[in-house]
Amino acid sequence: MAILETQELTYTYSMGTPFEKTAVDHVSLKIDEGEMVGVMGHTGSGKSTLIQHFNGLLRPTSGKVLLDGKDIWADKDKIRDVRFKVGLVFQYPEYQIFEETVFKDIAFGPKNMGLDEAEIKRRVYETARDIGLKEELMERSPFELSGGQKRRVAIAGVMAMEPRVLILDEPTAGLDPAGRDKILSHIKRYHERTKNTILIVSHSMEDIATFADKILVMSKAKLFCYDETVNVFARADEISDIGLDVPQITKVFGELRRRGLDFGKEVYTVGYARDLLLKHLNAKGGTLNC
Amino acid sequence: MLRDITIGQYFPGDSIIHKLDPRFKIVITLLYIVMLFSGGSYLCLVVGAVYTFGAILLSRIPVRMFWKSVKPLLPFLIITAVLNLLLMNTGDVIWQWKFLKITESGLNTSLFMVIRIVLLIMGSSLLTYTTSPITLTDAIERLLSPLRKVKFPVHELAMMMSIALRFIPTLIEETDKIMSAQKARGAEIDTGSFTTRAKNLISILVPLFISAFRRADELATAMECRCYHGGDGRTRLRQLRSAPRDYIALAITVLFLVGVIVLGKIA
Repeated sequence: MAILETQELTYTYSMGTPFEKTAVDHVSLKIDEGEMVGVMGHTGSGKSTLIQHFNGLLRPTSGKVLLDGKDIWADKDKIRDVRFKVGLVFQYPEYQIFEETVFKDIAFGPKNMGLDEAEIKRRVYETARDIGLKEELMERSPFELSGGQKRRVAIAGVMAMEPRVLILDEPTAGLDPAGRDKILSHIKRYHERTKNTILIVSHSMEDIATFADKILVMSKAKLFCYDETVNVFARADEISDIGLDVPQITKVFGELRRRGLDFGKEVYTVGYARDLLLKHLNAKGGTLNC
Repeated sequence: MLRDITIGQYFPGDSIIHKLDPRFKIVITLLYIVMLFSGGSYLCLVVGAVYTFGAILLSRIPVRMFWKSVKPLLPFLIITAVLNLLLMNTGDVIWQWKFLKITESGLNTSLFMVIRIVLLIMGSSLLTYTTSPITLTDAIERLLSPLRKVKFPVHELAMMMSIALRFIPTLIEETDKIMSAQKARGAEIDTGSFTTRAKNLISILVPLFISAFRRADELATAMECRCYHGGDGRTRLRQLRSAPRDYIALAITVLFLVGVIVLGKIA
């Protein structure tokens, strides 16, 4: 059952001025409950604008956004409830931090939902654990933390609302590799625990390849494709035509195929590639001929 | 919402108005203001309006952009009009209710004031719409440069102005982003009662101030890295040069000003 759906969604910025620009152009798609979706697209391809429609921050110029089959703009006064169901973490979310303590900042969202103290406390501690923040940090000022920790506090602030769909816009931008891996693995663990739908915008094909079940590709304000990860990376040539990249390992296996060693399948994670190669080597008795 | 602010906005173009020397444009705008305030009759305003709309047409900027710059000042205009209507007590009484009365001269004055202010806003918007902020501050620096003799920090003032102007759009964008982020966490900013809104304002102001200070710090470092040390001995990439069209524009403006003054004297 599709949890999020868009029908001919179109959004135009600064209508009627010289700066008029269509950022999302007739996009129709269905996202099923429990999926882990990677969102790719060049800078300015409209992906950030698209995801801001999912929780009703932007109102479509034309077209519809459906949550659980219901138009989210059917009742304008209920739009806040949509934002609690579809949590959106912006790019560089640490800039939204404002409270005196980590606890208070994570509690801001749940508090706005009108939950009682005990429930807020439960949620804050649970998400802090999910995202890997130690309990002794909770009473510290968020401004004393490291960049990666601040980022996790900000993500926890949205997770604590326990949204059914969690959207993260480049959650690892500007972090070092260790911080990046930490955040991604925590998000993955959160997904496994809650089975919630998650959308992650990322420029790193390697990252998308390791976590996403499906990939949504935007190009020049239009939906380029929305499909299973395997099928998307199988179109490597088209993907590079629109200025995006496929994972390095996929390129390696593309080259191998060109030279006559075809595994018959799309390879996009290093672990899978290793298994395939080892199996192949064992079958061949330890030599690779190509 | 915040994107609708047009004050200080620049619309790139290559009309004759865009091409005028910014120093002349500033002087012309000052003369234009004098013109609007020296005429005392409707006829003078008509001349002013002809001048304004002529310039707007030449600039090839849609007229509704000018309406956009008037719109935020509407409450102020309405208050001015109402106060003038009710407080002028001379002349024939048109309408009366208890102690409130509207007289003919009150009606005239308030109408006159409103037209005058609208023209004023439109004319000065034309300056900022057709001149990029950087050239505008350059021109101000050049126009004020005689004051350097009396140790007035002209360059520093111009630099402060250009930095402030440069960061208006950045800060608006930043505010927009922070607002969206807090709205995504369920903060009520456009809706909700006054107290919740005021409380939620903190969630926007704190991050905004932090980022403004951070930006200021980074900018200062970047300027120092490029050996910025104030205005002494600094040369410019783009020199301002006046062309015949600048003098023609100035002459036309002076002509209109004299015309309005003469018209005012006759009436």
